[in-house]
Amino acid sequence: MSKSHTFIIVGASQAGGWVAKTLRKEGFDGKILLIGEEPYLPYERPPLSKDALLGKTDLESTFFWQPESYKDDDIDVLLNTRVIEIKRDTQSIICANGDVLNYDKLALTTGARVRCISIPGADLLGVHYLRNMDDTLAIRKSAEKKDTAIIIGGGWIGLECAATLDLLGCKPIVVEASQRLCGRAVTPNISNWMLSFHLNKGVDVRLNMGVERLEGDKFLQKAVLSDGTEISCSIAVVGIGVTPNVELAADSGLEVDNGIVVDDLSRTSDPNIFAAGDVANHPNQTLGRRIRLESWENAMNQGINAGKAMLDKGEAYNEIPWFWSDQFDANIQMIGLPTEWDETVIRGNKSENEFVEFYLKNKLIVGAISINSTRDLRFGKRLMQAEKKVQATQLANTDIKMQSLLKV
Amino acid sequence: MSESDYEYHPVAKTSELEDDEVVGVSVGRLDIGIYKMDGELYALDDICTHAYALMSDGYIENGNIECPLHAACFDIKTGKALTAPATIDLRKFPVKIDGDQILVGVPKAD
Repeated sequence: MSKSHTFIIVGASQAGGWVAKTLRKEGFDGKILLIGEEPYLPYERPPLSKDALLGKTDLESTFFWQPESYKDDDIDVLLNTRVIEIKRDTQSIICANGDVLNYDKLALTTGARVRCISIPGADLLGVHYLRNMDDTLAIRKSAEKKDTAIIIGGGWIGLECAATLDLLGCKPIVVEASQRLCGRAVTPNISNWMLSFHLNKGVDVRLNMGVERLEGDKFLQKAVLSDGTEISCSIAVVGIGVTPNVELAADSGLEVDNGIVVDDLSRTSDPNIFAAGDVANHPNQTLGRRIRLESWENAMNQGINAGKAMLDKGEAYNEIPWFWSDQFDANIQMIGLPTEWDETVIRGNKSENEFVEFYLKNKLIVGAISINSTRDLRFGKRLMQAEKKVQATQLANTDIKMQSLLKV
Repeated sequence: MSESDYEYHPVAKTSELEDDEVVGVSVGRLDIGIYKMDGELYALDDICTHAYALMSDGYIENGNIECPLHAACFDIKTGKALTAPATIDLRKFPVKIDGDQILVGVPKAD
């Protein structure tokens, strides 16, 4: 690549930052421009519902790289800038302020945005979503009242937020429309464990329940549940999932289907345009299907994958999905994303909140969820990668070290 | 630092560790991970330099320890940070064996 080339990355996110950093690391000596809508450099999102909400970590320490690091790598960062159009015929993008910028190659790391609720009162002050740094700062401010907090949605964000708000002295009430917590992500066994875990911590959980409306005069004062229960509260946090930000891609005619469609080299349907992170719908060979992942690991590794592919140094992207969540003193991790299995094996001690639930199909591990047992989960991932057959009885026996199963 | 700058503390028995294993110990306010690789012992700061996690809860592979939280890898022999998201090395401590006792050296200033 010659010095006259310009690579633009739209989305100053974790994935976007990794694209930029990877380009330079891999020897690209042209111009790199990273454009973001938010006022901040790429930052870690996991702390937003935990340490950043608790006030234990400041903004700068959530940055993946400090400002000097971008200077050192000669990466231009344009913040507070919204890109409104991609003109593929002229290989240019148009910013909201009217600026037109030409690219040789373009990466879209536009991420996702929260799904909004449309119940009455949803726009009252005190009603929050949690996706961005500014959301966290706003919730933190509301939490100073140490009041009852209605958490709408019993998924990862809702539960992490409930735990943190509890630690901040608020009284969280989780309201979940379905019959179980994290129902789309975990098995009924794990949902049940999560429910009893949160109940034991003193979190109020209402399943099979909706929020009918929120009431208040400018500020939130009351939530009315679907069974008519009225709850006095000044905070609500809505966590009902996200939608990928595909509009730029879709409007320019790129293929879009639950995210921007890319191949295993992060290439979109336009050879000069790449996509990575929460927004990218990509093939996963191990799982045998297309997926779009909303995870920390994917945002990093697919960003790296895209950066290399933009320099024609791509390697097929095929990672076993991995997620984690921290709620109170529980570290929950998942690998895989299995859709079917014929055996479930529990290793460890469920009553002491230290165990892994493995999912096996034809004696092969196809996924696992761990509670405070990362090491065993990690060995499980290794067994999964190596496609080692395991006996359920051995896997369940904690006297047999996981290492030894790998050596068989 | 010279040898006399360190104070050695008994932290574990040699029988507690097999090759490719790690045990987490505390010396004063320090959390330290004791590793055994190819029969040799190594001691590293047990707190990941990226985010709060005990490295001794991590996963050992090919001479590296992987953080249980975000999978940052460090070289067990040197403490060097090898992969993202970590950029800062783990601090290394000297180790000695006395009989069946593992001793780890902590600078007297700590």
